[in-house]
Amino acid sequence: MNLSKFAKSLVAATFLSGAVAAPAVAETDFSGQTIEWVIPFSETGGSAKWANFFAPLLSEALPGNPTVVVKFMPGAGSTKGANWFQSQEHEDGTLLFGTSGSTQFPYLLGDPRVRYEYSDWNPVMATGTGGVAYLNAEDGKKFDGSANGLKGIDFIYGSQGATRLDLVPLLAWKMLGMNVEPVFGIKGRGDGRLMFERGEATIDYQTSSGYLGASVDLVAAGTAVPMMSWGALDDDGNIVRDPTFPDIPTFKEVCEATEGCATSGEAWDAWKAFFVAGFPSQKIAFLPAGTPQEVIDTYVKAFEAVRARPDFKTLAAKQVGKYPMFVGAGAARATKDATTVSPEAKAFVLDWLEQDYGVSLN
Amino acid sequence: MDIFATALPALGDAWGLILQPVVIGYLLLGVAMGLAVGVFPGLGGIAGLSLLLPFMFGMEPVYGLALMIGMVAVVPTSDTFSSVLMGIPGSSASQATVLDGFPMAKNGQAARALAAAFTSSLFGGLVGALFLTLFILVARPIVLAFGLPEMLMITILGLSMVAVLAGRVALKGLAAAGLGLMVGTIGEADAGGSLRMATYDIPYLIDGLKLVIVGLGIFAVPEIVSLLRQDRAIAREARLGAGWADGVRDWVANKWLSVRCSLIGVLIGVIPGLGGSVVDWIAYGHAVQTTKDKSRFGKGEVRGVIGPESSNNAKEGGGLVPTLLFGIPGSGSMAVFIGAIALLGSGDIEVGPKMLQDNLDITYSIVWLLALANVFGTLLCIALSGGIARMTTIRFTYLAPFLFMLISFAAFQSGQNFEDLLALVGIGLIGIFLRRFDWSRPAFLIGFVLSNPVEKFSNQAFQIASFRFRKSFEEGIDYIFSPIVIVLIVVTVVSVVVGIRQAKSIMAEGDVKSGSKRAPLVFLLIVSAYLATAVVNASLIPDINMTDKIVPMVVGGIALACCAVLFVQMMLRPETDPIFADKETAGEDAEAPHGLWPTLAWFGGLIAATWVLGFILALAGFLIAFLRLRAQAGWGKVLLLTACGIAFMCLMAGALNRDFPPGMLQDAVDLPWPLK
Repeated sequence: MNLSKFAKSLVAATFLSGAVAAPAVAETDFSGQTIEWVIPFSETGGSAKWANFFAPLLSEALPGNPTVVVKFMPGAGSTKGANWFQSQEHEDGTLLFGTSGSTQFPYLLGDPRVRYEYSDWNPVMATGTGGVAYLNAEDGKKFDGSANGLKGIDFIYGSQGATRLDLVPLLAWKMLGMNVEPVFGIKGRGDGRLMFERGEATIDYQTSSGYLGASVDLVAAGTAVPMMSWGALDDDGNIVRDPTFPDIPTFKEVCEATEGCATSGEAWDAWKAFFVAGFPSQKIAFLPAGTPQEVIDTYVKAFEAVRARPDFKTLAAKQVGKYPMFVGAGAARATKDATTVSPEAKAFVLDWLEQDYGVSLN
Repeated sequence: MDIFATALPALGDAWGLILQPVVIGYLLLGVAMGLAVGVFPGLGGIAGLSLLLPFMFGMEPVYGLALMIGMVAVVPTSDTFSSVLMGIPGSSASQATVLDGFPMAKNGQAARALAAAFTSSLFGGLVGALFLTLFILVARPIVLAFGLPEMLMITILGLSMVAVLAGRVALKGLAAAGLGLMVGTIGEADAGGSLRMATYDIPYLIDGLKLVIVGLGIFAVPEIVSLLRQDRAIAREARLGAGWADGVRDWVANKWLSVRCSLIGVLIGVIPGLGGSVVDWIAYGHAVQTTKDKSRFGKGEVRGVIGPESSNNAKEGGGLVPTLLFGIPGSGSMAVFIGAIALLGSGDIEVGPKMLQDNLDITYSIVWLLALANVFGTLLCIALSGGIARMTTIRFTYLAPFLFMLISFAAFQSGQNFEDLLALVGIGLIGIFLRRFDWSRPAFLIGFVLSNPVEKFSNQAFQIASFRFRKSFEEGIDYIFSPIVIVLIVVTVVSVVVGIRQAKSIMAEGDVKSGSKRAPLVFLLIVSAYLATAVVNASLIPDINMTDKIVPMVVGGIALACCAVLFVQMMLRPETDPIFADKETAGEDAEAPHGLWPTLAWFGGLIAATWVLGFILALAGFLIAFLRLRAQAGWGKVLLLTACGIAFMCLMAGALNRDFPPGMLQDAVDLPWPLK
């Protein structure tokens, strides 16, 4: 915060009282200001890429063209940054925060480190992604659209941890009756893919951008066989084929074709709940608690302008894929989807994590 | 050869892209910025790159690449300044440089050490680029041949350097390495998420200690405190002996060592997942093993500077292979680099397997921009080195407060917690005592650095090997004992055998006299107590998470066994035995005019005041008080130096968009930056 901002907020504090202060002027103008977009991850992750992509676009679209800088606050699997953001209150609208599936999952699972509450924050923008699971060439031959032929095989999978986004593929494979042994402790999906390429892992999954970036080549070379995508949500919340991968069946289709796998019941509900939390609305941008509606509207308008850019589709194709970018009310709905699971789904997943991986979150 | 048929035109195109005045201009700009960031210890390339990111969007790809590469390339060159001149490891890549570089500075040969280091860096960078130009075309299968057992073996090769650096009493070195390994396991386990020597109530510990802090604490804090107690200049005679031309001559005399270490650097850099942390130690170990007269290592042997410095720039080139070919960054700055490439131009350069097919010219541009940036950076650094080396002739009492300022700020940047500063003091204390009792500090640091890879690779390799063995015995054996693994085992065994024979002559801490029994014994008991606690703590992890407990228990057990043997030896031997080495009995430290605790209290005071007042206010008070009371400078000088220090700090932090540690005052009142 610079001196003039300090002076402004001092003036604001003198004239206005109460936690939710109305803005001094009707239209928020950010001329000469610096907006800090805080990411609770390190410079190296997908969220950094995401924020760095949107930051210059946002800067152009906000009134007054403020400088938008991305700040990193990594720690404790993003819970440190989220806890910090929870303690922030609206000052002058120059603070933006970005979360990811890794922030949502500990929140949903009741991780003891979580001291933040999503419903206190104001979502302004959200984007999603998809994911594709694939097999090695040898086992891929036994895949016929169902997992029936894969049941007797032992698979090995490089995983970042059962409580992370990997929860979704691990649970899916378990529901299909497959025997997948995770090797924990890798640092990112790229490392998992490398393990697969070296032949050490025999099954792998990548998010959409990772799959398009490198795994597609493995498929083309015949060393990998796509198995299923997680799918995408239609407007009614049903799982349909992922628009980015229209030729790859969804987990739902594979599950239906596989004996002993049901697309209803508590396992399915739990899987779907965590899939929705982790993929279709994976990354969300928030303004802090107590932000006045005018400021929120300013940001929503700016993100709408970003989305409406004629070149946005081509720019975004590699960064966020062919997935919808939710703004304003859409982002609020996406946030609700991403941060609510039924108590039954939560209990099921916690029980499974404890049983299979000895993970107890308390 | 069809490889050449595709490579040569692409190489030509690449030079066509590079050799434009605008591109060279951007490269120079990047180099200048990189130098400014790099001399600042602990920040490294990530801070600089993040600064450049907002400008990358839609920028002409070659311009953007030139700017970024200029910045990344010189960081491992310029961080040598702080390693050599102040004994502060500028980054993980230059930790080994401290071992001999700083003693050279103390001998008044700072300019010589710097010039030798820079020449080695330059050469390493060029060798790296040359090697990569050919290698990158055939690298993919070779990189894929390095599976988990191979990576584990390289990590163990790195650990085996402890044998060379263990010091006079090998068991003490081994115990120090074990302690380092155990300190490295603090926090949440990678595999099963169990907590080791940590609790959810202290979130800071869950992520474990950062390398920056441990490096600063182990090397920088003890040296600063020691020099400050002695109240003299870094260079003993307060004047400079040899100049930069001597350093260049040193390099010429040792060019083959430089070649070998450069190749070590590229090759290890190529392997994804290992990163830069082992390279300089392996290179240092190699330099020691190939030197006939080993008695000067640790006291200012120029080969100990040439080795690691040749390897660490070459490593940057090697690191491009996993980054560009697999999209897997070898280091933090490479990860930011990948992200930034996606923003360039119309965004169609995508790092990954397609890079070689679609963008070979860009790939080559990157390789040779890196080489060119090395050339510019080195020339600039050599030009600056004579002047900057004069710093070592300043009375240290005037330098120390600013070094405390720098290392506190650097430590804070690693995690942006107040606890970072506490950890720095804590690790600094460990470093001070390791140094005092002649327990090998390099061994501790190697243990710490390799703790995570050792644990990760051994667990993962074990899991996959047992998976293979379940299929068939042959498959399992083939997996574990690949030809690469066998070669690495042989190299490791030779290195350990040779190392143990040589270790006695390498005294990193100089010839430390022995004195009474009590102090060394108490320190041994404290270390043992910590190790025992950590082992018990690990043993309480439920068996289902065996991956989280096995390494701390085994390593801790071995380290404890070493301590037990040491204990018996201490009981049996007379107090003149080297096992009771204690710097406080005789030598520079014992004769120093100032005591350890009053000196350390100044640093503690800065941290405590930061906790109350926030960094900048605390720093102002600290600088004034220190310069006035300890250095006994006149008021004019005090105020001028304080103002300079604060202004420098604000300028640097402002430009890099960094915060300062806040205190309780900042919790209570909203203050404007930089007091925030």
